[in-house]
Amino acid sequence: MTATATQLEIDRDKGDFKYEESHKYDAGVGLNEGTIDYICDVKGENDWIRDFRKRALKVFEGKPMPTHWATKDLENIDFSKIRYYLSGDNRSKKNWDDVPDEVKETFERLGIPENERKFLAGVEAQFDSEAAYSNIKEAVSKDGVIFMGSTEGLMEHPEIFKKWFGKVIPTGDNKFSALNSSVFSGGSFIYVPPGVKVSHPLQAYFRINAENFGQFERTLIIADEGAEVTYMEGCTAPKFDTATLHSAVVELVAMPGAKIEYITVQNWSSNVFNLVTKRAIAHEDAVVKWIDCNIGSRLTMKYPGVVLKGRRARGEVMSIALANEGQHQDTGAKMIHAADETTSNVISKSISVGKGRSTYRGQVHMPKHLKGCKNNTECDALLINSDSRTDTYPAITVRGEENYVQHEASVSKVSAEQIFYMQQRGLSEAEAMSLSVNGFVNDLTRQFPMEYSVELKRLIELEMEGSVG
Amino acid sequence: MSQSLEITNLNVNIGDKRIIKDFNLTIPKGEVHAIMGPNGTGKSTLAKALAGHPDYEITSGEVLMDGESILDLEVDERSRAGLFLAFQYPMEIPGVTIANFIRAAKNARLPDGEDLNAPAYYKELYEKMDALKIDRKFTSRSVNEGFSGGEKKRCEILQMAMLEPKYAVLDETDSGLDIDALKIVSEGVNALRGGNLGALVITHYQRLLNYIIPDQVHVMYDGRIVKSGDKSLAEELERKGYDWIKEITETAA
Ligand SMILES: Nc1ncnc2c1ncn2[C@@H]1O[C@H](COP(=O)(O)OP(=O)(O)OP(=O)(O)O)[C@@H](O)[C@H]1O
Ligand SMILES: [Mg+2]
Repeated sequence: MTATATQLEIDRDKGDFKYEESHKYDAGVGLNEGTIDYICDVKGENDWIRDFRKRALKVFEGKPMPTHWATKDLENIDFSKIRYYLSGDNRSKKNWDDVPDEVKETFERLGIPENERKFLAGVEAQFDSEAAYSNIKEAVSKDGVIFMGSTEGLMEHPEIFKKWFGKVIPTGDNKFSALNSSVFSGGSFIYVPPGVKVSHPLQAYFRINAENFGQFERTLIIADEGAEVTYMEGCTAPKFDTATLHSAVVELVAMPGAKIEYITVQNWSSNVFNLVTKRAIAHEDAVVKWIDCNIGSRLTMKYPGVVLKGRRARGEVMSIALANEGQHQDTGAKMIHAADETTSNVISKSISVGKGRSTYRGQVHMPKHLKGCKNNTECDALLINSDSRTDTYPAITVRGEENYVQHEASVSKVSAEQIFYMQQRGLSEAEAMSLSVNGFVNDLTRQFPMEYSVELKRLIELEMEGSVG
Repeated sequence: MSQSLEITNLNVNIGDKRIIKDFNLTIPKGEVHAIMGPNGTGKSTLAKALAGHPDYEITSGEVLMDGESILDLEVDERSRAGLFLAFQYPMEIPGVTIANFIRAAKNARLPDGEDLNAPAYYKELYEKMDALKIDRKFTSRSVNEGFSGGEKKRCEILQMAMLEPKYAVLDETDSGLDIDALKIVSEGVNALRGGNLGALVITHYQRLLNYIIPDQVHVMYDGRIVKSGDKSLAEELERKGYDWIKEITETAA
């Protein structure tokens, strides 16, 4: 490759992009204690973290895959071929003006925020495992809000970090939370002091760039008593031929009266295994809301949960999953009621296109001794063409007569006659499909922050363009 | 170049069944033609085949719009080229509002990267809704979802008015309309009439033709036109019924 050749390849139809790259630190392929020592040495981590990681490695090695209920495709992950740590970008810095127009255009179409485009195009140095933190960080720090990468958080605020880290999602929760606990890097750490209401959403953007590079970010958000915060996470990955693994752990702690809203819109390329554990603890009168939009990936397994630990706590999950040809979205929600008068609401919408497959797995748990708990669960599936497949596995264990649960599920189809009708008005097949899909998710996205529903709409359009010949 | 919608020797199959048989009809721009005919005779099949429905196989024949064949165009390309079909049974599109739907359809007619001017669009939309006496609240309702039969038909005409086609096929737009709605819809069609629009109106009722006065009336039977005439043909047909048509068809054969 010559120095003048463009360093960026792009599949404009799909919005995929990748770069030539070279990393200063590379733990190599495969995972053993040596990998962990390498990570700890590079990051300069304390011994307690090193021990934590090594214990997690043992747990990971000892745990079986969740194959009794999960898809067989998980067996295709070859842990010995994955790179568990890369960092430090050695590329010479580029100028925004040097970035090819079609790349800028793709960013535009993807709705990637201005400040992040530079980072993505390699103009700014932050890369891969490191999340991009914008000026927001300084803006909020005057209220005592801590917003930084989790690696930094771990070192600079061990007293807060240690107290909550791994408490919401213990290392041994599942094989992938153990994996994450052993090799995590990147992700965000947020602490909002009592009573502080952060007016703007805090956001970070992650990206997988290296082939075979697993991304294991770790996010921990604590909203102290009466605090409020919204966090937005965007993910997109360029396309490679071999599978990549993304396995994040996100822990939220909402102290009494606090509110946390966690929004994800991700657009993984269709070779990514996206296996994420997300859970929150909501104390008395706290509210936690997960908004989770999953587009793309080869397999996504993700069931955001809320443990409703304090009286009158409320948990919500609103999720949208789009499974295109060759993709499997296995998503859902977990609501663990652990105090009286706790309420939860789950709305899940899935779209299956072609041979795409969507699965909803929900769990609602209300033990017998509780009173006045309520859950509402709504699962709607939309099928675009008859090959699509959708399954719903709601597991609702409700005991106690003073609790109330409501469950509704629907399956609808976009018919050929509907597409014909829309095409007769001048819309292309792809436009007709994305309009139907947007119509289907409309009542949910209306509740999202404006810029997020706009981005989602664009992503759906791109995805639909890719799905017709 | 002839300014017309010209259908020559058209044959259309659904599966193995031949539905439209050596069909010929020319609608010059500016004229309104009516087609009447018994149930199952192929009127809707003709309309959908013209629009390019994938289930309707055109085995032979030609369809020219202003001299250009449209048969190789996709459904949406035919639409953007100026062909509009008001459906006998309009489809529901859950979650997509009328305002967004028509806007998307208009946007599809703009060059890449250009976007509709929103205030001008809404001004036009409201004007046309007012003219068709459609409550403005309908803009935020999902397309055809939960609409009454008559509301659906009015919405079809609204779409036609907004998209300003060169040629329109109205498939039983009058059925399901009450007397007042019939007048309103007819006025809507008449307003578009004139130099810029050629229309084919499919109906079962002579009454519609009192409001939309056709330049020609055609009687369709078993996949082809068996008799043509002026407005009085519709009256005669109403008096004599389809047995009369059956008779003349059989004697002709
Ligand atoms: N998709 C289809 N599959 C099989 N047969 C069909 C299909 N569509 C139409 N037909 C048949 O084709 C013939 C013509 O139907 P078409 O709907 O064109 O009649 P029409 O003249 O519009 O009748 P009506 O006045 O009742 O609306 C009928 O026999 C009908 O059953
Ligand atoms: Mg018909």
